[in-house]
Amino acid sequence: MKSIMLCATLIGAFNQVQAADQFIALPSYRVGPYAAGGSGFYGGAIDYFNLINANGGVNGVKIQWEECETEYNPSRGIECYERLKTKNGGASMVEPLSTGIAYGVLDRLVQDKIPMTTLGYGRSDAANGKVFPYVFPLITSYWNQAAAMIKYLADKNGGYDKLKGKKIVHLYHDSAFGKEPLPVLEAQAKQYGFELIKIAVAPPGSEQQSQWLQIRQAKPDHVILWGWGVMNSVAIKTAQRNGFPREKMLGVWWAGSEEDTIPSGDAAKGYTSMTFNTPGNYPLIDEIRKKVYASGKGNLADQARIGSVYHMRGLTAGILWVEAIRVAQDKFGKGKIMTGEQMRWGLENLNVDEARQKALGAFGMFPTVKTSCDDHEGSGAVKVQQWDGKKWIAITPNWVVGDKALTRKLVEDSSNAYAAEKKITPSCMK
Amino acid sequence: MFYREAGQFKTTYESDGQIFPIRQDRIALGGLLLLALAIVPVFASPYMLSAILIPFLIFSLAALGLNILTGYCGQLSLGTAAFMAVGAFASFNFIARLPGIPMLLAFVLGGLCAAMVGIAFGLPSLRIRGFYLAASTLATQFFVVWCLTKIPYLTNYSSSGVITAQKIVIFGYQFDTPASKYVLVLAIVALMALLAKNMIRSNVGRSWMAVRDMDVAAEVIGFRPMRTKLLAFAVSSFYCGVAGALYAYAYLGTVEPEAYNLDLSFRILFMIIIGGVGSVLGSFLGAAFIVLLPVFLNILAHSLSLPTSVASNLELMVFGALIIFFLIVEPHGLARLWQVGKEKLRLWPFPH
Repeated sequence: MKSIMLCATLIGAFNQVQAADQFIALPSYRVGPYAAGGSGFYGGAIDYFNLINANGGVNGVKIQWEECETEYNPSRGIECYERLKTKNGGASMVEPLSTGIAYGVLDRLVQDKIPMTTLGYGRSDAANGKVFPYVFPLITSYWNQAAAMIKYLADKNGGYDKLKGKKIVHLYHDSAFGKEPLPVLEAQAKQYGFELIKIAVAPPGSEQQSQWLQIRQAKPDHVILWGWGVMNSVAIKTAQRNGFPREKMLGVWWAGSEEDTIPSGDAAKGYTSMTFNTPGNYPLIDEIRKKVYASGKGNLADQARIGSVYHMRGLTAGILWVEAIRVAQDKFGKGKIMTGEQMRWGLENLNVDEARQKALGAFGMFPTVKTSCDDHEGSGAVKVQQWDGKKWIAITPNWVVGDKALTRKLVEDSSNAYAAEKKITPSCMK
Repeated sequence: MFYREAGQFKTTYESDGQIFPIRQDRIALGGLLLLALAIVPVFASPYMLSAILIPFLIFSLAALGLNILTGYCGQLSLGTAAFMAVGAFASFNFIARLPGIPMLLAFVLGGLCAAMVGIAFGLPSLRIRGFYLAASTLATQFFVVWCLTKIPYLTNYSSSGVITAQKIVIFGYQFDTPASKYVLVLAIVALMALLAKNMIRSNVGRSWMAVRDMDVAAEVIGFRPMRTKLLAFAVSSFYCGVAGALYAYAYLGTVEPEAYNLDLSFRILFMIIIGGVGSVLGSFLGAAFIVLLPVFLNILAHSLSLPTSVASNLELMVFGALIIFFLIVEPHGLARLWQVGKEKLRLWPFPH
């Protein structure tokens, strides 16, 4: 009897009736070494979807989503992408939150006509929509972040000209992720005359004794911590042990969450990192507490994580995706389900300004995002936050933008090289 | 009953020395290949082809490579993914730097580069064995990935060290649909598996097995251990290199060196342990087990609508438990189970 019922559920699941909902594919990860980031991010996005659905959907269109566990593994991620892309009438969008998976599906997106967002990671040069029509590194890329870091450090020292002769250590995860900002940092080191000391940490980064010894000898003015996962808390703790002030450490935005600082305990107090959200409470988060969590539909198992860095990043992603659906519906028909191509248009014509953020109850939560064919990133602005021992506090009241002319040139050069390699003629899609 | 060989007499040495001496085996294998080559690409869904069958075949090839080294020659290796990386990145460079080079030739050259790296890192095997050798092959793993992230030339000066595989064009035909890529991978894997099977049955294979079983005795009866071991390293790495190139070109498309990490080496090692050490069939069965089972468990958990976090942890638990169960029931792997099953079918319905 049991097996018959099991079979029935299985058959039922395989023959799912095509639903009249907007389907978004979420190749997520909730187990493995990066579970903290994955569960927070996707939890936030799903909380936002639940809120939208509780409020009646986007012009009546409900959002439907399906997760597939990738464990952050590119091979599994591609399997998930292939599995999800045809489900429920076809995925209209995908977000793997993993550089490896994003690279793996990059070529397939154009063929499948499914747009992908890569919020704060991935190919920085995908900002050029003429070469990468289906990829959206929304809000900001690693290159703009690196430029903003230098801008912030310059401001802290009293201007770009004061950077001359300063020593900045780039302590990085020895992978594609850690090497991504090097072109920007090297160019700016040459431009402003500071000394850039590159120190690599072998993944996963749980052993950093020799690196910090090197840092202690170099006596740098600042340390940029381009870390990931376990590497961050080890770096913070080792810095304390070596007597290096945490105030002089500036983390990348993947090194600036509660999951990085709380395990470090006291050592993390005063530590600063980049972020593309302003920490704090927002009407939107209260609404999610009230409408989603109170009715038992919340996605986070631990309610203390509501409003945490990764959760808010997921909410931000959710907002931008839903806004893209809204924009696309304005053009292609309200109350209709958007296809991948239409969704792509929506993502390319986003304009989430302060007024719109206010209407959503998320004023100031993330910078103004305005995309175009030339600029799939839409902003490039970031903030710096500091850990006060209990929570993150934004220490730059305004959004920081680095040398965008420089990053734009790098984007052009790199994406055009890609286009030449792949024999793509750069052009805007309608 | 199903396997009765009554009436199949061998009258020549050739017929006695065939790969599949029993007619039923030949028919079954021929049927399977025909099915895989003619029916599957037409009827299987793109998901099935590009997300299940292609990686399954590629991992089978990599597992076969490792099986040659570990299963047949007895040299434990943890550097499989590194050899795959060498194959992939070398093929990429050959195609990028020598315009107009035939794609298949680039794959072969990529495999040869991997073979050379294999020989270099196989040298310690002449002095050390077992776990100590595993540690030295581990060095390959770290060294190769380190090289790929440190030397910009190898990744064609891409800023983040990521390469994009060029389009696969062979004899003017562009392999860009899942079905065509599948056929290409299947053809390469089938051909190389046949080659491996024959190699193992020849003098070369016997020398490997002799070294594996007792290297001192093998030396005494005239096999040169140095040549034998290095040959095993070269052939094994060649297979892994080609698998790595296919992994990059027919599966991933765009690769960062991290895709060939230690984790992948371990997965391939598990494939041959579960599939059967020292068996060509075992490489395929093991790859199927490791690639397909998590996917199947994941789909099952989904259809039972378990919460995703529970589902993925449950998947890991079931997967681990199954591995332990299989290894207790049959430590020689799935290939041995198949062999036992075949014996039983031969004798059925008379057990004695």
